[in-house]
Amino acid sequence: MANKTYNADLSRRHFFSKAVAAAGLAVAPGVFLRQVHARPSDQAATSEQRWGILIDTNKCAKGCDSCVTACMSENGWGDINNSEEKSNAHQKAQWIRKVTVKDKQTGHVQSLPLMCQHCENPPCVDVCPTGASMKRADGIVLVDKHICIGCRYCMMACPYKARSFVHEDLENQKVVAPRGKGTVESCTMCVHRVDKDGTPACVEACNADNHNAMYFGDLKDPNSEISRQLKEHGGEQLRADLGLNTGVRYQGL
Amino acid sequence: MAGLLALPFTVQAGDAPVPEVPKAKEKATQEYGCVAPTDYMRKNHMSDLMHQRDDTLREGIRTSRFSLAECINCHVTPDEDGKFARFGEDEHFCSSCHNYAAVSVDCFSCHRDTPEQTDYQHTFNTGNNPHHGKIALKGNKLSVETLQVLTEGEQQ
Repeated sequence: MANKTYNADLSRRHFFSKAVAAAGLAVAPGVFLRQVHARPSDQAATSEQRWGILIDTNKCAKGCDSCVTACMSENGWGDINNSEEKSNAHQKAQWIRKVTVKDKQTGHVQSLPLMCQHCENPPCVDVCPTGASMKRADGIVLVDKHICIGCRYCMMACPYKARSFVHEDLENQKVVAPRGKGTVESCTMCVHRVDKDGTPACVEACNADNHNAMYFGDLKDPNSEISRQLKEHGGEQLRADLGLNTGVRYQGL
Repeated sequence: MAGLLALPFTVQAGDAPVPEVPKAKEKATQEYGCVAPTDYMRKNHMSDLMHQRDDTLREGIRTSRFSLAECINCHVTPDEDGKFARFGEDEHFCSSCHNYAAVSVDCFSCHRDTPEQTDYQHTFNTGNNPHHGKIALKGNKLSVETLQVLTEGEQQ
């Protein structure tokens, strides 16, 4: 849970209307309205939210990979449980990677994390022959491994190289992130955390290291930190020309 | 023809030992022990799990009643050395019966087949009962006495 006051500049009137809507919850100064919004576990995610991540590449430290290691330990891929022993480095699953880009003209070097961009119009969903590749109502793009046949069309369709295929039997997976041989997988935006009103592990790790280069929040809520950042400073999509309307945005590219 | 007729009598029904289904760690509900009566669970657990998996993955509904993780947390118990049986072994709750009935499932090619937290407690019944507390499983090692209480306790 991020310790951010997401609605710091919320108008007093707006604040109280929300507080009344919360009906019975103790609203005290300093209470975070995102908690008030928490969805009960028996209710489905709706399109009232669209979750997104904003990455400030100027704050993203070169050589730092805490977002990647946080993702590994949260979701149990990579070196964490020493899985995929027979796969080579290009075959192993990679849910999030650090990418270094260099402007050849100026020599300016930037570092940024790259993962599933959670597109509004995801090409992976378009090409999936079984419907396993899917987008939730709240914009999170997932693989339903129950019906994934491992054809890997989605891996070819993704312009961000965000998806991986598991080539070998795995065991001791994380409870929150089932993964296994013969299925495709990618960043889930830590959907198990989001469903409990939490923050993705990568964002949490970045904040914990005081880099504060990542913001997570609801793109449809004009008062969320991410929306205010985007309104004030803007945010670019990678390959905006493709018209995918990504949920992950970058600043300073 | 005589050989064919004789065949059923060489392997008689009831020859295969009835599986010893491991007892659950604790009660989930006061009425039935499990989340539903045993007869219901034996007959319908597969459709409940199938229903739950789609609700959870596709819609984000994360209730715990028919969650596979909750089944595992309660039903897959450690042996005396604190070691958990893996799916496929007769001592594992799921495979104890599935091996007997020769019904293969592929849940555990992706899902974890053992509890992640060994000191897991069900949300129900977290009161003062020392046998359900963290002390009983301290150091991931159960004494014979504790194990006996846990496995042969009041579970139906």
